[in-house]
Amino acid sequence: MPSLNVRLLIAIILSLGLIITDHRTKNLDQVRTVLSILAYPLIYSASAIWFTDILSFHANLVELESDNRRLHQENLLLQARLQQLDALEAENMRLRDLLGSSFKIGERVLIAELISVDMAPYRQQVMINKGSSSGVFVGQPVLDAHAVVGQVIRTTPSTATVLLITDAAHALPVQINRNGLRTIAEGTGLIDNLRLPYVANNADAHEGDLLITSGLGGHFPPGYPVAKIYEVKHEPGKPFAKVIATPNANLQRIREVLLVWPLISEQATEDFEIETATFPE
Amino acid sequence: MTLITYRNGWIILTVFILALILSVMPIPIWAKSFRPQWLTLVLIYWCLAIPHKVNIGSAWILGIIQDVLCGTLLGQRALALSIVAFATITLHLRIRIFPLWQQSFAIMVLLLLDRLLDLWIIVATGQPIPNLSYWIPALTSSLLWPWLYIILRDVRKKFNIV
Repeated sequence: MPSLNVRLLIAIILSLGLIITDHRTKNLDQVRTVLSILAYPLIYSASAIWFTDILSFHANLVELESDNRRLHQENLLLQARLQQLDALEAENMRLRDLLGSSFKIGERVLIAELISVDMAPYRQQVMINKGSSSGVFVGQPVLDAHAVVGQVIRTTPSTATVLLITDAAHALPVQINRNGLRTIAEGTGLIDNLRLPYVANNADAHEGDLLITSGLGGHFPPGYPVAKIYEVKHEPGKPFAKVIATPNANLQRIREVLLVWPLISEQATEDFEIETATFPE
Repeated sequence: MTLITYRNGWIILTVFILALILSVMPIPIWAKSFRPQWLTLVLIYWCLAIPHKVNIGSAWILGIIQDVLCGTLLGQRALALSIVAFATITLHLRIRIFPLWQQSFAIMVLLLLDRLLDLWIIVATGQPIPNLSYWIPALTSSLLWPWLYIILRDVRKKFNIV
């Protein structure tokens, strides 16, 4: 057996090697995937899925009934709105046809549930119960019923890790819905705060403005709501105003999320077809 | 792994697995910044009690498992835990004879070392820097130490792990 000092040296060299490889390259993703699969029993027992399952057996009947009634009403309302939407969608497509631009509504979506484990406490990450075997890929946009939640940063066959838009390492191209002003929303590390560091001091941004994805980064489909501007502070003598926004998604309370497959490749081929159609050789 | 073939090694493994589960178990948001460093605490205990069996090798493997569970860089926790294990084993004869409350202070220094090494990697790799509440777990963990020590000592005596 090697002495204690030698062992420490080996451990340090191995760890530093791993850290540098993991930080600089993607070579270790396979290893991490295999290890995550092996660690899945731990995640399962920690997430207390079995615990909530036992509890939900005793769900109150009255509560279920009122839930049911509320959902019926909500469904009715949504159906009514949907009828309108169908007409609007048809109109939109007709107008776009007139303009000659190709556009497709109706992306493929999949619902995933959150696995309730706490990952590194100073990062804003969550784990979901759908993985690469369901077609989830790294960089995939994740939404909830209200707004954008984040994007997938790691996948295993049965789980995926989602980086929330409020993580300090996350930035998202957005635009103000009212006037189309494009900017970037950065996470702050606080779950209810986004920062817009590149809004000019004289720019037309007000409290309460809705921010939507601009689709410019190529990751997120355009037009999804992201956040509302909470505070605009003009600082004389500085090029940019201090703008804070609060995410529309209830990031603290989400339980289900939507995974979206953008139709970028199809759109690209269609664009190409249109171009070749206009210039026949 | 020598730990599995070791007499009653499964007890030690179970304790480690429980600590890993506790370290990722969901807790209310207000309690999150107080979550004790369960794995580091348990590792320090076994390094004090049976340094010839639980040492740097086990610490490194546990660190890798925690990296995978928490989504940190592979090797980040492994580095911190190996160095903490080394420090504990070097000092174990001295720490063992301290009275419990004094032991808590020594353990707090080791736990702070764990946090410091972690922070060092976070800063060196350009990850977002956590705020001051990052250091609170070292305090809550060292307050827990006397209870954990007594419980684990009883477990060790009961299963006669030496």
